[in-house]
Amino acid sequence: MTKYILKRVGISLITIFVLVTAVFFLARLMPGGPFNDPKLSEAARENLSAYYGFDKPVLEQYITYLGNLLSGNLGFSTKYPSQTVNQLLASSFPYSADLGIRALCLAISFGLVFGIMSALNRGNGIDLFFVIVAVIGTSVPDFIMGALLQYFFAIEWGLLPIAEYKGFAYTILPSIGLGFYTMASVSRIMRASMLEVVQQDYIKTARSKGISRFRVTWKHQIRNAIMPVVTILGPTVAAVLTGTFVIESLFVIPGMGKYYVESVQNNDYSLILGMTVFYGAFLVFCNMVVDILYGIIDPRVRVAGK
Amino acid sequence: MAENILEIKDLTFSFRTYGGVVKSVRDVSFDVREGEILGIVGESGCGKSVTSQCILRLNPEPPGFFESGSILYKGEDIVKKSDREMRKIRGTEISFIFQDPMTSLNPTMTVGKQIEEIFVGRKGMSRKEIKERTLEILRLVGINEPERRYKQYPHELSGGMKQRVMIAIALVGKPSIIIADEPTTSLDVTIEAQILDLLKDLREKMNTSIILITHDLGVIAKMCDRVLVMYGGKIAERGTVEEIFYETAHPYTAGLIKSIATLDTSKDHKLVPIDGTPPDLFSPPHGCPFAARCEFAMKVCYERQPEFHQLSPEHTCACWLQHPYAPKVDIMKGLEQEAKK
Repeated sequence: MTKYILKRVGISLITIFVLVTAVFFLARLMPGGPFNDPKLSEAARENLSAYYGFDKPVLEQYITYLGNLLSGNLGFSTKYPSQTVNQLLASSFPYSADLGIRALCLAISFGLVFGIMSALNRGNGIDLFFVIVAVIGTSVPDFIMGALLQYFFAIEWGLLPIAEYKGFAYTILPSIGLGFYTMASVSRIMRASMLEVVQQDYIKTARSKGISRFRVTWKHQIRNAIMPVVTILGPTVAAVLTGTFVIESLFVIPGMGKYYVESVQNNDYSLILGMTVFYGAFLVFCNMVVDILYGIIDPRVRVAGK
Repeated sequence: MAENILEIKDLTFSFRTYGGVVKSVRDVSFDVREGEILGIVGESGCGKSVTSQCILRLNPEPPGFFESGSILYKGEDIVKKSDREMRKIRGTEISFIFQDPMTSLNPTMTVGKQIEEIFVGRKGMSRKEIKERTLEILRLVGINEPERRYKQYPHELSGGMKQRVMIAIALVGKPSIIIADEPTTSLDVTIEAQILDLLKDLREKMNTSIILITHDLGVIAKMCDRVLVMYGGKIAERGTVEEIFYETAHPYTAGLIKSIATLDTSKDHKLVPIDGTPPDLFSPPHGCPFAARCEFAMKVCYERQPEFHQLSPEHTCACWLQHPYAPKVDIMKGLEQEAKK
């Protein structure tokens, strides 16, 4: 197991290195530069470039960046000159992560329950209801979902605050807005997987043993049906925890979401790289956790991993 | 004579589908005696699996449902029981060995747990006793190193070993009837022989009745005391194993026997297949289900269901050829060969 994990960590580091390299050069290939403001004089522009080291050959910049990255330094943002990328991430990630965890808890718990209920009631009204909820969840985009939530719960009924992030009541709407899509997809996958497992021969074996229906569902059906849900969880957790532009803008939450968009618009090289590396590393980490979880749930994977 | 422990009378079981009602089992009656091995033989789709699963109510209901008939076990009708009542019978009174051991064990549960599960929610045994019982059963079905196997997962065992585990699951509750639905179909021949010997051996030791479902007449000849031949959801012929093989009365049974190769089959001897396909059970024929494929079929065969003719105390056959007015033919030879002479 230790060897397996070490191997996975090694592969992860290589993945991140390739990611950094690709993004570093791609960002610099984009037209324009970080100091495109027409109000800046030529001299000021050169000064700034020299200050950030953008006047040096690209390869030298690349090596310097890698060196800094190894010591955990993501460099200075050009858009927010007083702050390092590390500081920007440190101030925004907690908001995104907090919101993300709430959204995920909602999404996974409701998604699984809906999926299971749906599968157990296959073909009747309960199933139809949950299937409709899932279809709405996967097909309505988040800016519409967020806006609808704000309109009804905050404006029409005045039950919950419309925006900002200052306490539990404030977290409810954005968590639902963010988690609804994930909930719907978890529910759909769980339903399909449950219906597939129920046709397996071992379910019939379990029934022939005279154990309760609950035990057949719980021990034999759900345990085997949950694998596909675990699979999508890796990328989903990474995506949800690192913030989303739309939901965070709608609810005025100072999370990471806006930096993804802004950094590219402003050609803010260090911030683009910082965001990408952070997200990439997080994604790789989540996928690794999923692989390990796999081994715990399914003994067949355990052997293959050794 | 041993007593009947299971009596099935006029059982008709059907499935509602989008295409209509499929009558999978039609008017099937038979009984199972204490300590005997009863074979049920027939081709795919003849209703043998559905019949056997009716006994434990394992067919999905709905879409499946009982149209008529009764299954009497210890004087109680299984057809009328609720799922909760059935749970008391499953595993400890009547148990089931499934066809494919590769897919019939839960991949995420250890072998030991899957065997012990029978005792979940049943009173009277401590954890330690249950574990001892499980290890004893593993030893009984011929699994070496039971302590190690107990903790292993199904994928760590070979196919034959998995089928032994399935048999252990079926045995551990000390049932009085074991239903084995093609227990050796997915195993290779040497393992098949071992598993069959094991079943026979266990029958001697525990005096369990076994209902053995197969499409392999070789298995029937080796294992069974009595045989039912099923065709198109109905029983075609029934009798002791000797009567079925040596006094074959139904053309379908004769067709099955003629289509097997044996070691003494010479090179020029041609095996005779049964032409055609089984009847469509959405709209079963009015007459004998086998009539369309039967080389001896007469006008009456297409129009009226043949009745059972009692040929000996055990031997009955549903075929118009047994009627006193029917012409006498040698069904083992067939018309063509007869004409050649």
